[in-house]
Amino acid sequence: MIQLFSGDGPRSRILALILIAIGLGLAFAPFLFPGVRALETAARICVFIVLAASYDLLLGYTGIVSFAHTMFFGLGAYGVALASTHIGRGFPALGAGTLAGLAAAVALALVIGLFSLRVRAIFFAMITLAVASAVTVLVSQLSALTGGEDGLVYQIPRALGPAMRLDLEIAGVTVTGKILNYYLVFCVALVLFLVMLRIVNSPFGRVLQAIRENDFRAEAIGYRVVRYRVTATCLSAGFAALAGSLWAIWLRYVGPGTTLSFEIMLDILLMVVIGGMGTIWGAAIGAVLMVLAQSYLQGLMGYAAGASEAMPILSRLLDPDRWLLWLGVLFILSVYFFPTGIVGRLRARAAR
Amino acid sequence: MAEPMLRLDGVQTDIGRYHILSGVDLEVPRGEVTMLLGRNGVGKTTTLRTIMGHWRAKAGRVLFDGQDIAKVPTPAIARMGVGFVPEDMGIFSDLTVEENMTLAAVSGPLAPARRDRIFAAFPPLAAFWRAPAGTLSGGQKQMLSIARAMAEERRLYLIDEPTKGLAPAIVSTMAQALRELKAEGASMLLVEQNFAVARALGDRAAVMEGGRVIWTGAMAELANDAALQERLMGLSVEGA
Repeated sequence: MIQLFSGDGPRSRILALILIAIGLGLAFAPFLFPGVRALETAARICVFIVLAASYDLLLGYTGIVSFAHTMFFGLGAYGVALASTHIGRGFPALGAGTLAGLAAAVALALVIGLFSLRVRAIFFAMITLAVASAVTVLVSQLSALTGGEDGLVYQIPRALGPAMRLDLEIAGVTVTGKILNYYLVFCVALVLFLVMLRIVNSPFGRVLQAIRENDFRAEAIGYRVVRYRVTATCLSAGFAALAGSLWAIWLRYVGPGTTLSFEIMLDILLMVVIGGMGTIWGAAIGAVLMVLAQSYLQGLMGYAAGASEAMPILSRLLDPDRWLLWLGVLFILSVYFFPTGIVGRLRARAAR
Repeated sequence: MAEPMLRLDGVQTDIGRYHILSGVDLEVPRGEVTMLLGRNGVGKTTTLRTIMGHWRAKAGRVLFDGQDIAKVPTPAIARMGVGFVPEDMGIFSDLTVEENMTLAAVSGPLAPARRDRIFAAFPPLAAFWRAPAGTLSGGQKQMLSIARAMAEERRLYLIDEPTKGLAPAIVSTMAQALRELKAEGASMLLVEQNFAVARALGDRAAVMEGGRVIWTGAMAELANDAALQERLMGLSVEGA
Protein backbone atom coordinates (compact mmCIF):
# COMPACT_ATOMS: atom_id res chain seq x y z
CA MET A 1 0.00 0.00 0.00
CA ILE A 2 2.85 2.31 0.92
CA GLN A 3 4.47 1.48 -2.39
CA LEU A 4 1.30 2.55 -4.17
CA PHE A 5 0.97 5.61 -2.04
CA SER A 6 4.40 7.09 -2.60
CA GLY A 7 6.30 4.98 -5.11
CA ASP A 8 9.19 4.98 -2.64
CA GLY A 9 9.35 1.56 -1.06
CA PRO A 10 12.00 0.47 1.44
CA ARG A 11 14.01 -1.07 -1.46
CA SER A 12 15.69 -3.59 0.82
CA ARG A 13 14.22 -6.77 2.24
CA ILE A 14 15.87 -6.35 5.63
CA LEU A 15 14.72 -2.75 5.81
CA ALA A 16 11.17 -3.78 4.88
CA LEU A 17 11.16 -6.40 7.64
CA ILE A 18 12.46 -3.90 10.20
CA LEU A 19 9.81 -1.37 9.18
CA ILE A 20 7.04 -3.95 9.33
CA ALA A 21 8.26 -4.97 12.79
CA ILE A 22 8.25 -1.34 13.93
CA GLY A 23 4.79 -0.77 12.45
CA LEU A 24 3.28 -3.88 14.03
CA GLY A 25 5.09 -3.27 17.31
CA LEU A 26 3.67 0.23 17.54
CA ALA A 27 0.21 -0.76 16.32
CA PHE A 28 -0.18 -3.39 19.03
CA ALA A 29 2.12 -1.87 21.65
CA PRO A 30 -0.46 -1.63 24.47
CA PHE A 31 -1.11 -5.37 24.23
CA LEU A 32 2.33 -6.66 23.21
CA PHE A 33 4.23 -4.67 25.83
CA PRO A 34 1.87 -4.01 28.73
CA GLY A 35 2.92 -1.56 31.39
CA VAL A 36 3.04 2.19 31.79
CA ARG A 37 6.71 2.55 30.90
CA ALA A 38 6.41 0.60 27.65
CA LEU A 39 3.37 2.61 26.59
CA GLU A 40 5.19 5.87 27.36
CA THR A 41 8.09 4.71 25.22
CA ALA A 42 5.80 3.68 22.35
CA ALA A 43 4.01 7.04 22.37
CA ARG A 44 7.34 8.84 22.50
CA ILE A 45 8.50 6.82 19.49
CA CYS A 46 5.37 7.75 17.51
CA VAL A 47 5.79 11.46 18.24
CA PHE A 48 9.52 11.48 17.54
CA ILE A 49 9.10 9.61 14.27
CA VAL A 50 6.95 12.50 13.04
CA LEU A 51 9.32 15.08 14.51
CA ALA A 52 12.46 13.49 13.03
CA ALA A 53 10.76 12.94 9.66
CA SER A 54 9.67 16.58 9.55
CA TYR A 55 13.26 17.63 10.29
CA ASP A 56 14.51 15.36 7.54
CA LEU A 57 12.17 17.14 5.14
CA LEU A 58 14.35 20.18 5.77
CA LEU A 59 17.81 18.75 6.43
CA GLY A 60 17.81 15.64 4.27
CA TYR A 61 15.61 16.64 1.36
CA THR A 62 16.20 20.38 1.10
CA GLY A 63 19.70 20.62 2.57
CA ILE A 64 18.75 23.36 5.03
CA VAL A 65 20.22 23.25 8.55
CA SER A 66 17.82 24.59 11.14
CA PHE A 67 18.21 24.79 14.90
CA ALA A 68 14.65 25.96 15.47
CA HIS A 69 12.87 22.69 15.02
CA THR A 70 12.14 22.25 18.72
CA MET A 71 10.71 25.77 18.72
CA PHE A 72 8.05 24.70 16.21
CA PHE A 73 7.53 21.49 18.19
CA GLY A 74 7.10 23.64 21.30
CA LEU A 75 4.64 25.99 19.60
CA GLY A 76 2.37 23.05 18.84
CA ALA A 77 2.70 21.72 22.38
CA TYR A 78 2.12 25.08 24.07
CA GLY A 79 -0.85 25.70 21.76
CA VAL A 80 -2.61 22.64 23.18
CA ALA A 81 -1.51 23.45 26.74
CA LEU A 82 -2.66 27.07 26.63
CA ALA A 83 -5.96 26.22 24.95
CA SER A 84 -6.65 23.46 27.47
CA THR A 85 -5.81 25.81 30.32
CA HIS A 86 -7.89 28.73 29.10
CA ILE A 87 -10.75 27.17 27.15
CA GLY A 88 -11.08 24.31 29.58
CA ARG A 89 -10.97 20.56 29.36
CA GLY A 90 -12.38 19.09 26.16
CA PHE A 91 -11.82 18.16 22.56
CA PRO A 92 -12.58 21.68 21.24
CA ALA A 93 -9.63 22.95 23.28
CA LEU A 94 -7.36 20.28 21.83
CA GLY A 95 -8.49 21.15 18.30
CA ALA A 96 -8.23 24.89 18.79
CA GLY A 97 -4.82 24.59 20.46
CA THR A 98 -3.50 22.35 17.71
CA LEU A 99 -4.68 24.72 15.00
CA ALA A 100 -3.32 27.78 16.79
CA GLY A 101 0.06 26.12 17.34
CA LEU A 102 0.15 25.03 13.71
CA ALA A 103 -0.70 28.51 12.45
CA ALA A 104 1.88 30.16 14.71
CA ALA A 105 4.60 27.72 13.63
CA VAL A 106 3.89 28.14 9.92
CA ALA A 107 3.71 31.93 10.21
CA LEU A 108 6.98 32.12 12.13
CA ALA A 109 8.68 29.76 9.68
CA LEU A 110 7.46 31.93 6.80
CA VAL A 111 8.91 35.08 8.35
CA ILE A 112 12.24 33.44 9.23
CA GLY A 113 12.41 31.83 5.79
CA LEU A 114 11.64 34.99 3.85
CA PHE A 115 14.20 36.96 5.82
CA SER A 116 17.05 34.52 5.77
CA LEU A 117 16.72 31.96 2.99
CA ARG A 118 17.61 34.44 0.28
CA VAL A 119 21.18 34.39 1.45
CA ARG A 120 23.53 31.60 2.32
CA ALA A 121 22.37 28.55 4.25
CA ILE A 122 24.69 29.20 7.20
CA PHE A 123 22.88 32.47 7.81
CA PHE A 124 19.58 30.62 8.07
CA ALA A 125 21.12 28.24 10.62
CA MET A 126 22.34 31.17 12.73
CA ILE A 127 19.00 32.98 12.54
CA THR A 128 17.10 29.87 13.62
CA LEU A 129 19.51 29.39 16.52
CA ALA A 130 18.97 32.98 17.64
CA VAL A 131 15.17 32.89 17.30
CA ALA A 132 14.92 29.52 19.05
CA SER A 133 17.04 30.75 21.96
CA ALA A 134 14.96 33.91 22.22
CA VAL A 135 11.72 31.90 22.28
CA THR A 136 13.09 29.57 24.97
CA VAL A 137 14.05 32.56 27.14
CA LEU A 138 10.69 34.17 26.48
CA VAL A 139 8.81 31.03 27.51
CA SER A 140 10.83 30.83 30.74
CA GLN A 141 10.30 34.52 31.52
CA LEU A 142 6.61 34.87 30.69
CA SER A 143 5.71 32.64 33.59
CA ALA A 144 2.26 34.16 34.04
CA LEU A 145 1.30 32.83 30.63
CA THR A 146 3.52 29.79 30.12
CA GLY A 147 4.21 28.65 33.65
CA GLY A 148 7.89 29.50 33.16
CA GLU A 149 10.37 26.75 33.96
CA ASP A 150 7.66 24.77 35.75
CA GLY A 151 5.61 24.52 32.59
CA LEU A 152 1.88 23.93 32.44
CA VAL A 153 -0.17 21.03 33.74
CA TYR A 154 -3.67 20.81 32.32
CA GLN A 155 -6.50 18.37 31.89
CA ILE A 156 -7.38 16.58 28.69
CA PRO A 157 -10.78 15.03 27.89
CA ARG A 158 -11.75 12.30 30.32
CA ALA A 159 -12.01 9.80 27.48
CA LEU A 160 -8.26 10.03 26.98
CA GLY A 161 -7.25 9.78 30.64
CA PRO A 162 -6.12 6.71 32.62
CA ALA A 163 -9.15 6.94 34.92
CA MET A 164 -11.55 6.07 32.11
CA ARG A 165 -11.93 2.30 31.83
CA LEU A 166 -13.85 0.50 29.12
CA ASP A 167 -15.58 -2.73 29.92
CA LEU A 168 -13.29 -4.40 27.45
CA GLU A 169 -10.29 -6.62 27.87
CA ILE A 170 -7.94 -7.52 25.02
CA ALA A 171 -5.12 -10.02 25.53
CA GLY A 172 -5.50 -9.64 29.26
CA VAL A 173 -5.21 -5.85 29.17
CA THR A 174 -8.13 -3.66 30.20
CA VAL A 175 -8.68 -0.90 27.65
CA THR A 176 -8.35 2.46 29.38
CA GLY A 177 -8.51 6.06 28.21
CA LYS A 178 -4.73 6.03 28.23
CA ILE A 179 -4.77 3.31 25.58
CA LEU A 180 -7.30 5.27 23.54
CA ASN A 181 -5.01 8.26 23.88
CA TYR A 182 -2.13 6.12 22.63
CA TYR A 183 -4.18 5.12 19.58
CA LEU A 184 -4.99 8.74 18.91
CA VAL A 185 -1.26 9.50 18.94
CA PHE A 186 -0.45 6.43 16.86
CA CYS A 187 -3.09 7.02 14.19
CA VAL A 188 -2.37 10.73 13.76
CA ALA A 189 1.39 10.02 13.66
CA LEU A 190 0.84 7.33 11.03
CA VAL A 191 -1.23 9.67 8.85
CA LEU A 192 1.31 12.49 9.19
CA PHE A 193 4.13 10.10 8.34
CA LEU A 194 2.36 8.88 5.19
CA VAL A 195 1.58 12.43 4.13
CA MET A 196 5.25 13.38 4.49
CA LEU A 197 6.25 10.29 2.54
CA ARG A 198 3.89 11.42 -0.20
CA ILE A 199 5.26 14.97 -0.17
CA VAL A 200 8.90 13.99 -0.53
CA ASN A 201 8.06 11.65 -3.39
CA SER A 202 5.93 14.17 -5.24
CA PRO A 203 7.26 16.41 -8.02
CA PHE A 204 7.65 19.07 -5.33
CA GLY A 205 9.92 16.73 -3.37
CA ARG A 206 12.02 16.08 -6.46
CA VAL A 207 12.58 19.80 -6.92
CA LEU A 208 13.69 20.03 -3.28
CA GLN A 209 16.22 17.28 -3.88
CA ALA A 210 17.44 19.01 -7.02
CA ILE A 211 17.88 22.26 -5.08
CA ARG A 212 19.76 20.45 -2.34
CA GLU A 213 22.17 19.06 -4.86
CA ASN A 214 22.71 22.11 -7.07
CA ASP A 215 20.66 25.21 -6.41
CA PHE A 216 22.22 27.19 -9.26
CA ARG A 217 21.25 24.49 -11.70
CA ALA A 218 17.71 24.24 -10.32
CA GLU A 219 17.35 27.99 -10.87
CA ALA A 220 18.74 27.77 -14.39
CA ILE A 221 16.14 25.12 -15.20
CA GLY A 222 13.40 27.45 -14.03
CA TYR A 223 12.65 26.75 -10.36
CA ARG A 224 12.48 29.59 -7.88
CA VAL A 225 14.77 28.25 -5.24
CA VAL A 226 13.76 30.68 -2.49
CA ARG A 227 10.09 29.89 -2.90
CA TYR A 228 10.71 26.15 -2.67
CA ARG A 229 13.00 26.53 0.33
CA VAL A 230 10.49 28.71 2.17
CA THR A 231 7.66 26.28 1.40
CA ALA A 232 9.73 23.36 2.69
CA THR A 233 10.54 25.31 5.85
CA CYS A 234 6.86 26.06 6.46
CA LEU A 235 5.81 22.45 5.82
CA SER A 236 8.50 21.14 8.10
CA ALA A 237 7.51 23.61 10.84
CA GLY A 238 3.85 22.65 10.45
CA PHE A 239 4.52 18.93 10.87
CA ALA A 240 6.78 19.64 13.87
CA ALA A 241 4.01 21.68 15.48
CA LEU A 242 1.52 18.86 14.94
CA ALA A 243 3.97 16.44 16.55
CA GLY A 244 4.22 18.89 19.46
CA SER A 245 0.44 18.97 19.84
CA LEU A 246 0.33 15.17 19.95
CA TRP A 247 3.09 15.17 22.54
CA ALA A 248 1.17 17.67 24.68
CA ILE A 249 -2.05 15.65 24.40
CA TRP A 250 -0.17 12.54 25.47
CA LEU A 251 1.88 14.04 28.32
CA ARG A 252 -0.78 16.37 29.79
CA TYR A 253 2.16 18.61 30.66
CA VAL A 254 4.41 20.96 28.74
CA GLY A 255 7.57 22.65 29.90
CA PRO A 256 10.68 24.07 28.27
CA GLY A 257 12.57 20.89 29.09
CA THR A 258 10.16 18.53 27.35
CA THR A 259 9.57 20.55 24.18
CA LEU A 260 12.00 23.42 23.62
CA SER A 261 15.35 22.29 24.97
CA PHE A 262 18.48 22.11 22.89
CA GLU A 263 18.95 18.50 24.01
CA ILE A 264 15.82 17.56 22.08
CA MET A 265 17.16 19.44 19.05
CA LEU A 266 20.33 17.34 19.21
CA ASP A 267 18.26 14.16 19.64
CA ILE A 268 16.34 14.95 16.46
CA LEU A 269 19.56 15.63 14.59
CA LEU A 270 21.00 12.32 15.77
CA MET A 271 17.83 10.42 14.82
CA VAL A 272 17.97 11.79 11.29
CA VAL A 273 21.71 11.15 10.89
CA ILE A 274 21.63 7.63 12.37
CA GLY A 275 18.61 6.59 10.34
CA GLY A 276 19.89 8.15 7.14
CA MET A 277 19.43 11.68 5.86
CA GLY A 278 17.21 12.20 2.86
CA THR A 279 14.90 9.28 3.52
CA ILE A 280 11.75 9.54 5.60
CA TRP A 281 12.12 5.83 6.45
CA GLY A 282 15.48 6.63 8.02
CA ALA A 283 13.88 9.15 10.36
CA ALA A 284 11.55 6.41 11.59
CA ILE A 285 14.36 3.96 12.28
CA GLY A 286 16.54 6.63 13.89
CA ALA A 287 13.71 7.72 16.16
CA VAL A 288 13.00 4.15 17.28
CA LEU A 289 16.67 3.46 18.04
CA MET A 290 17.25 6.72 19.88
CA VAL A 291 14.13 6.53 22.01
CA LEU A 292 14.77 2.88 22.87
CA ALA A 293 18.38 3.67 23.79
CA GLN A 294 17.30 6.62 25.93
CA SER A 295 14.62 4.58 27.66
CA TYR A 296 16.37 1.27 28.16
CA LEU A 297 20.14 1.71 27.82
CA GLN A 298 20.42 2.82 31.43
CA GLY A 299 18.55 -0.23 32.69
CA LEU A 300 20.51 -2.53 30.41
CA MET A 301 23.75 -1.09 31.70
CA GLY A 302 22.68 -1.51 35.30
CA TYR A 303 22.08 -5.16 34.52
CA ALA A 304 25.44 -5.49 32.72
CA ALA A 305 27.27 -3.72 35.55
CA GLY A 306 25.76 -6.18 38.04
CA ALA A 307 26.71 -9.14 35.87
CA SER A 308 30.31 -7.96 35.48
CA GLU A 309 30.98 -7.23 39.15
CA ALA A 310 33.89 -9.68 39.02
CA MET A 311 35.72 -7.29 36.69
CA PRO A 312 35.86 -3.98 38.58
CA ILE A 313 37.01 -1.77 35.69
CA LEU A 314 34.37 -3.07 33.29
CA SER A 315 31.75 -2.90 35.98
CA ARG A 316 32.56 0.74 36.67
CA LEU A 317 32.58 1.56 32.98
CA LEU A 318 29.14 0.02 32.68
CA ASP A 319 27.76 1.99 35.63
CA PRO A 320 24.25 3.17 34.67
CA ASP A 321 25.30 6.76 35.37
CA ARG A 322 27.62 6.55 32.39
CA TRP A 323 24.84 5.78 29.93
CA LEU A 324 25.28 9.07 28.07
CA LEU A 325 28.93 8.20 27.45
CA TRP A 326 27.88 4.92 25.88
CA LEU A 327 25.17 6.60 23.87
CA GLY A 328 27.90 8.89 22.51
CA VAL A 329 30.08 5.90 21.67
CA LEU A 330 27.18 4.23 19.91
CA PHE A 331 26.56 7.39 17.92
CA ILE A 332 30.19 7.68 16.82
CA LEU A 333 30.26 4.02 15.82
CA SER A 334 27.04 4.28 13.87
CA VAL A 335 28.24 7.35 11.96
CA TYR A 336 31.58 5.63 11.31
CA PHE A 337 30.09 2.39 10.05
CA PHE A 338 26.94 3.81 8.45
CA PRO A 339 27.92 7.19 7.00
CA THR A 340 24.79 7.15 4.86
CA GLY A 341 22.69 6.07 7.82
CA ILE A 342 21.15 2.70 8.46
CA VAL A 343 18.71 3.01 5.58
CA GLY A 344 21.42 4.12 3.15
CA ARG A 345 23.56 1.16 4.16
CA LEU A 346 20.76 -1.38 3.88
CA ARG A 347 19.67 -0.05 0.49
CA ALA A 348 23.24 -0.10 -0.82
CA ARG A 349 23.50 -3.71 0.34
CA ALA A 350 20.27 -4.65 -1.39
CA ALA A 351 21.34 -2.90 -4.61
CA ARG A 352 24.49 -5.00 -4.86
CA MET B 1 17.16 42.50 -40.83
CA ALA B 2 15.01 40.70 -38.29
CA GLU B 3 15.65 41.25 -34.61
CA PRO B 4 18.20 38.64 -33.48
CA MET B 5 17.12 36.08 -30.90
CA LEU B 6 19.75 37.41 -28.52
CA ARG B 7 21.74 40.61 -28.52
CA LEU B 8 24.30 41.80 -26.00
CA ASP B 9 25.09 45.52 -26.01
CA GLY B 10 28.19 46.61 -24.12
CA VAL B 11 27.74 44.06 -21.36
CA GLN B 12 30.13 44.46 -18.45
CA THR B 13 30.32 41.91 -15.65
CA ASP B 14 32.47 41.94 -12.53
CA ILE B 15 33.10 38.92 -10.35
CA GLY B 16 34.23 40.25 -7.01
CA ARG B 17 36.94 42.81 -7.74
CA TYR B 18 37.72 41.42 -11.16
CA HIS B 19 36.38 42.91 -14.36
CA ILE B 20 35.66 39.82 -16.41
CA LEU B 21 33.51 41.23 -19.21
CA SER B 22 34.42 44.70 -20.32
CA GLY B 23 31.81 45.53 -22.93
CA VAL B 24 30.64 42.45 -24.83
CA ASP B 25 28.70 43.08 -28.05
CA LEU B 26 27.24 39.92 -29.52
CA GLU B 27 24.34 38.80 -31.69
CA VAL B 28 22.77 35.36 -31.99
CA PRO B 29 20.58 35.37 -35.11
CA ARG B 30 17.39 33.32 -35.21
CA GLY B 31 17.70 29.76 -36.38
CA GLU B 32 21.47 29.89 -36.57
CA VAL B 33 24.32 28.44 -34.55
CA THR B 34 26.76 31.03 -33.24
CA MET B 35 30.05 29.70 -31.92
CA LEU B 36 31.67 31.64 -29.10
CA LEU B 37 35.40 31.05 -29.38
CA GLY B 38 38.58 32.23 -27.74
CA ARG B 39 41.38 31.18 -25.44
CA ASN B 40 40.82 30.03 -21.88
CA GLY B 41 39.87 32.75 -19.43
CA VAL B 42 38.66 35.34 -21.94
CA GLY B 43 35.11 35.40 -20.56
CA LYS B 44 33.15 32.90 -22.66
CA THR B 45 31.60 31.07 -19.71
CA THR B 46 30.98 34.34 -17.89
CA THR B 47 29.13 35.61 -20.96
CA LEU B 48 26.76 32.62 -20.86
CA ARG B 49 26.29 32.97 -17.11
CA THR B 50 25.56 36.66 -17.46
CA ILE B 51 22.90 35.91 -20.07
CA MET B 52 21.31 33.41 -17.63
CA GLY B 53 21.49 35.95 -14.81
CA HIS B 54 23.84 33.90 -12.61
CA TRP B 55 26.16 36.88 -12.72
CA ARG B 56 24.54 40.25 -13.05
CA ALA B 57 25.70 42.65 -15.76
CA LYS B 58 27.02 45.83 -14.20
CA ALA B 59 26.34 47.75 -17.38
CA GLY B 60 24.93 47.09 -20.83
CA ARG B 61 21.84 45.35 -22.11
CA VAL B 62 20.97 41.70 -22.66
CA LEU B 63 18.12 41.60 -25.18
CA PHE B 64 16.31 38.29 -25.56
CA ASP B 65 13.88 38.48 -28.45
CA GLY B 66 13.90 42.24 -28.03
CA GLN B 67 13.25 42.24 -24.29
CA ASP B 68 15.92 43.36 -21.83
CA ILE B 69 16.51 40.46 -19.42
CA ALA B 70 19.54 41.89 -17.61
CA LYS B 71 17.56 42.22 -14.40
CA VAL B 72 15.14 39.31 -14.83
CA PRO B 73 15.57 36.49 -12.25
CA THR B 74 17.26 33.36 -13.56
CA PRO B 75 14.23 31.03 -13.24
CA ALA B 76 12.12 33.49 -15.22
CA ILE B 77 14.76 33.63 -17.97
CA ALA B 78 14.70 29.83 -18.12
CA ARG B 79 10.91 29.82 -18.36
CA MET B 80 11.02 32.31 -21.21
CA GLY B 81 12.54 29.46 -23.21
CA VAL B 82 16.29 29.54 -22.67
CA GLY B 83 17.86 26.11 -22.31
CA PHE B 84 21.25 26.30 -20.59
CA VAL B 85 23.82 23.51 -20.51
CA PRO B 86 26.60 24.55 -18.13
CA GLU B 87 30.18 23.42 -18.43
CA ASP B 88 30.02 21.34 -15.25
CA MET B 89 26.87 19.58 -16.58
CA GLY B 90 25.11 20.08 -13.24
CA ILE B 91 23.08 16.91 -13.38
CA PHE B 92 21.24 15.89 -10.21
CA SER B 93 23.13 12.72 -9.36
CA ASP B 94 20.82 11.55 -6.56
CA LEU B 95 17.83 11.60 -8.88
CA THR B 96 17.20 9.12 -11.66
CA VAL B 97 17.69 9.95 -15.33
CA GLU B 98 13.91 10.03 -15.68
CA GLU B 99 13.54 12.45 -12.76
CA ASN B 100 16.26 14.68 -14.19
CA MET B 101 14.35 14.83 -17.48
CA THR B 102 10.98 15.35 -15.82
CA LEU B 103 12.35 18.27 -13.81
CA ALA B 104 13.80 19.83 -16.93
CA ALA B 105 10.36 19.96 -18.57
CA VAL B 106 9.20 22.92 -16.49
CA SER B 107 6.07 23.89 -18.36
CA GLY B 108 4.38 20.48 -18.35
CA PRO B 109 4.94 16.75 -18.47
CA LEU B 110 7.70 15.42 -20.68
CA ALA B 111 6.03 14.63 -24.03
CA PRO B 112 6.46 10.99 -25.11
CA ALA B 113 7.45 12.03 -28.64
CA ARG B 114 10.19 14.23 -27.26
CA ARG B 115 11.37 11.47 -24.96
CA ASP B 116 11.59 9.06 -27.88
CA ARG B 117 13.58 11.58 -29.87
CA ILE B 118 16.01 11.98 -27.00
CA PHE B 119 16.31 8.19 -26.71
CA ALA B 120 17.10 8.03 -30.42
CA ALA B 121 19.80 10.69 -30.10
CA PHE B 122 21.25 9.30 -26.87
CA PRO B 123 20.51 5.55 -26.59
CA PRO B 124 22.32 5.12 -23.22
CA LEU B 125 19.72 7.34 -21.56
CA ALA B 126 17.00 4.85 -22.50
CA ALA B 127 19.03 2.01 -21.03
CA PHE B 128 19.63 3.84 -17.73
CA TRP B 129 16.26 5.63 -17.58
CA ARG B 130 15.48 4.48 -14.04
CA ALA B 131 19.07 4.53 -12.73
CA PRO B 132 20.43 7.29 -10.49
CA ALA B 133 22.14 9.85 -12.72
CA GLY B 134 25.19 9.71 -10.45
CA THR B 135 25.95 6.20 -11.72
CA LEU B 136 26.30 7.32 -15.35
CA SER B 137 29.70 7.67 -17.03
CA GLY B 138 31.09 11.12 -17.82
CA GLY B 139 29.93 10.98 -21.43
CA GLN B 140 26.47 9.77 -20.45
CA LYS B 141 26.20 12.59 -17.92
CA GLN B 142 26.98 15.06 -20.69
CA MET B 143 24.31 13.42 -22.86
CA LEU B 144 21.83 13.83 -20.03
CA SER B 145 22.85 17.43 -19.58
CA ILE B 146 22.13 18.21 -23.23
CA ALA B 147 19.01 16.04 -23.23
CA ARG B 148 17.66 18.11 -20.35
CA ALA B 149 17.96 21.23 -22.44
CA MET B 150 16.03 19.36 -25.16
CA ALA B 151 13.23 18.29 -22.78
CA GLU B 152 11.07 21.10 -24.13
CA GLU B 153 10.98 23.35 -27.12
CA ARG B 154 13.38 26.20 -26.33
CA ARG B 155 13.75 29.47 -28.14
CA LEU B 156 17.45 29.66 -27.44
CA TYR B 157 20.09 27.17 -26.38
CA LEU B 158 23.19 28.21 -24.46
CA ILE B 159 25.66 25.35 -24.42
CA ASP B 160 29.05 25.50 -22.70
CA GLU B 161 31.73 23.14 -24.00
CA PRO B 162 29.58 20.10 -24.73
CA THR B 163 32.49 17.95 -25.92
CA LYS B 164 35.05 18.82 -23.26
CA GLY B 165 36.96 15.82 -21.98
CA LEU B 166 34.87 13.28 -23.89
CA ALA B 167 36.01 10.23 -25.85
CA PRO B 168 35.95 10.75 -29.66
CA ALA B 169 33.02 8.36 -30.16
CA ILE B 170 30.92 10.34 -27.70
CA VAL B 171 32.01 13.63 -29.23
CA SER B 172 30.52 12.49 -32.53
CA THR B 173 27.25 11.42 -30.82
CA MET B 174 27.11 14.85 -29.24
CA ALA B 175 27.88 16.65 -32.50
CA GLN B 176 25.21 14.61 -34.29
CA ALA B 177 22.59 15.52 -31.68
CA LEU B 178 23.48 19.19 -31.96
CA ARG B 179 23.34 18.97 -35.77
CA GLU B 180 19.80 17.57 -35.51
CA LEU B 181 18.82 20.38 -33.19
CA LYS B 182 20.26 22.84 -35.68
CA ALA B 183 18.39 21.20 -38.54
CA GLU B 184 15.14 21.90 -36.67
CA GLY B 185 15.97 25.57 -36.79
CA ALA B 186 17.10 26.08 -33.20
CA SER B 187 18.94 29.25 -32.23
CA MET B 188 22.11 28.36 -30.38
CA LEU B 189 25.06 30.01 -28.73
CA LEU B 190 27.76 27.44 -28.28
CA VAL B 191 31.10 27.67 -26.52
CA GLU B 192 33.37 25.07 -28.05
CA GLN B 193 37.12 24.47 -27.81
CA ASN B 194 37.10 21.61 -30.29
CA PHE B 195 37.59 23.52 -33.51
CA ALA B 196 36.58 20.61 -35.73
CA VAL B 197 33.20 20.45 -33.99
CA ALA B 198 32.89 24.22 -34.10
CA ARG B 199 33.60 24.30 -37.80
CA ALA B 200 31.10 21.55 -38.54
CA LEU B 201 28.28 23.09 -36.52
CA GLY B 202 28.71 26.83 -36.60
CA ASP B 203 27.01 29.25 -38.97
CA ARG B 204 28.64 32.24 -37.39
CA ALA B 205 31.51 32.76 -34.99
CA ALA B 206 32.37 35.35 -32.38
CA VAL B 207 35.89 35.39 -30.99
CA MET B 208 36.53 36.82 -27.53
CA GLU B 209 39.70 38.27 -26.07
CA GLY B 210 40.16 40.12 -22.79
CA GLY B 211 36.48 40.25 -21.89
CA ARG B 212 35.14 41.53 -25.21
CA VAL B 213 34.26 40.22 -28.65
CA ILE B 214 37.06 41.13 -31.03
CA TRP B 215 35.84 39.49 -34.23
CA THR B 216 32.53 38.30 -35.62
CA GLY B 217 31.78 36.80 -38.98
CA ALA B 218 30.87 33.63 -40.82
CA MET B 219 32.27 30.44 -39.34
CA ALA B 220 33.41 29.35 -42.80
CA GLU B 221 35.47 32.50 -43.17
CA LEU B 222 37.33 31.84 -39.93
CA ALA B 223 37.67 28.14 -40.66
CA ASN B 224 39.30 28.76 -44.02
CA ASP B 225 41.73 31.43 -42.88
CA ALA B 226 44.56 29.95 -40.85
CA ALA B 227 46.27 33.33 -40.50
CA LEU B 228 43.11 34.82 -39.02
CA GLN B 229 42.81 31.95 -36.54
CA GLU B 230 46.44 32.38 -35.57
CA ARG B 231 45.91 36.10 -35.01
CA LEU B 232 42.61 35.78 -33.10
CA MET B 233 43.12 32.70 -31.03
CA GLY B 234 46.83 32.02 -31.24
CA LEU B 235 46.25 28.63 -32.72
CA SER B 236 46.55 27.09 -36.09
CA VAL B 237 44.28 24.17 -36.73
CA GLU B 238 45.51 23.08 -40.10
CA GLY B 239 44.19 19.61 -40.59
CA ALA B 240 42.16 19.70 -37.39
